[in-house]
Amino acid sequence: MDGPHDLGGKPGFGPVVPEPNEPVFHDAWEKRAFALTLAMGFTGTWTIDTSRHARERIPPADYLTIGYYRVWLEGLCTLLKEHDLASADEIASGKSAAPPVPVKRILKASDVAATLAKGGPASREPDAPARFGVGDRVRTLAAGVDHHTRLPAYVRGQIGTIAQVHGCHVFADTNAHGRGECPTWLYGVAFDAATVFGPSRAGDSLHLDLWEPYLEPA
Amino acid sequence: MAGEEHGNGHHRGHDHDHDYSELDETELRVRALESLLIEKGYVDPAALDELIETYETRVGPRNGAAVVARAWSDPAFMQALRNNATAAIATLGFTGRQGEHMVAVENTANTHNMVVCTLCSCYPWPVLGLPPVWYKSPPYRARAVSDPRGVLTEFGVTLPQGTNIRVWDSTAEVRYLVIPMRPDGTEEMREEQLATLVTRDSMIGTGLALTPDKARAQGLL
Repeated sequence: MDGPHDLGGKPGFGPVVPEPNEPVFHDAWEKRAFALTLAMGFTGTWTIDTSRHARERIPPADYLTIGYYRVWLEGLCTLLKEHDLASADEIASGKSAAPPVPVKRILKASDVAATLAKGGPASREPDAPARFGVGDRVRTLAAGVDHHTRLPAYVRGQIGTIAQVHGCHVFADTNAHGRGECPTWLYGVAFDAATVFGPSRAGDSLHLDLWEPYLEPA
Repeated sequence: MAGEEHGNGHHRGHDHDHDYSELDETELRVRALESLLIEKGYVDPAALDELIETYETRVGPRNGAAVVARAWSDPAFMQALRNNATAAIATLGFTGRQGEHMVAVENTANTHNMVVCTLCSCYPWPVLGLPPVWYKSPPYRARAVSDPRGVLTEFGVTLPQGTNIRVWDSTAEVRYLVIPMRPDGTEEMREEQLATLVTRDSMIGTGLALTPDKARAQGLL
C-alpha cells in the first residue's frame, strides 16, 4: 500500500537532527503507550504485521506530523476497535461498558523477561524449494498493491541480485490481513544504488529483504 | 529542545503552546486507555512497568558494544558472527524480540554499512535497545537510501574518498548490526575498554567508533 509510511527516497523532509543525550522516552505517556502496545500484542489477538498495517492507514497528514508514539497510540486504538476488544466510546471514556472479549494470553510481570528473550521468530519450515539462488538476477514488481506489503516504492520495477537466501519466513502481505502466515522464501536482494538514485551513487548498493512473490527472473 | 524536535518531525507543524495542550490531551487519552485495558483485564499494570523498566534500564546499546568488542578481540567470534549472527550474539546473552534473525555487517577500509527501516522503525532491540527519534523520523527514513553521504554529514561523518556505502533497509524481520572498524592505536586495549569506543551510532552506521583520544576527551576511558 502506498501509504505515508513508505518514505524511502522521498524528498522534502529536511535534515536529520540527532538529539544529544536523547532519553529512551520523552514523555511519561510515551512509556505507557509503548508498553500498552507491546502488552496488547502479547494477547495474540493480532500479528506484528497487522499492527504495522494499522499504523500505515493513519491519514498521511497525521502520520507525518503527530510523532512516533502518537502513531503507535492511534494504531493501537484502531486495532482494539477492529478486533472488538474495545469500542470508541470506551476508549474515549476509559470506562468499560461491555464485558471483555476472551484473549489467548495475558502478559504477567513475572513472564516479561522470558517472553522478550524468547521473541517471536518469523522463520518457518519450507514446503517447496526456493525459486532463486545466490547470484540470480531478479526484477521486482513494478505495480503498487492495495494491501500491506514490504516492497518499498523506491525499488519497484528494479533489477537486483540475490545476495542471501534467508529461508522461509512468515509472509507479511497475508499475515497483516488475517490470511495466515503463508511461509514464503525470503531473500536478501542487492541493488545498484546508481541505477535507483542516479550516477552520483556509483559504487554504492542498497540491500533489502524481499519475499519471493515480489520477484521475477530478470 | 523544540527546534530539534521540529527538525525530526517529532511535533512538526505545531506551535509551542499548541504542543503542550496536545501533549496534555494525549496524556489523558493514554491514561484513559490504560485504565480501560486494565479494567477489561487485557493487561497487567505490573507487566507494563516491567516492559518499560526493561527498555529504559536493561536493554540498550551497551549490549551491542559488547558484541562488537568481542568481535574485534576474538577472530573466532567474528567468524561465528559471519556464519550465524543470531547464534553468536545469543552466546553473550542477547536474544529475543526484534532480534530473532540477526545479521552482522562489517565495515572495511572500502565499505561502509548503514542501517535504516524506510517503512517503519525496525531496529535490533536486544543489542541496541529502542531506536532514537531521528531513526524513526521521516528525514532519516527518506534520505538514508537516497543520500547517505548527506545524512552522514549531518552526523559529522565524512568517509574517505572511494568508500562504497551499503545501505541495509530492514524490510522483513531480519535485523542488522554494523560492526564498525576497529580504531587505530587500540591494539593493547582489553575487551571491556574497547567496548567504550563503540557508540550506538557506529552500530547503525551513522557514526564511527571513537578513537581512544576522543573516548578519553569524553571521560569514557
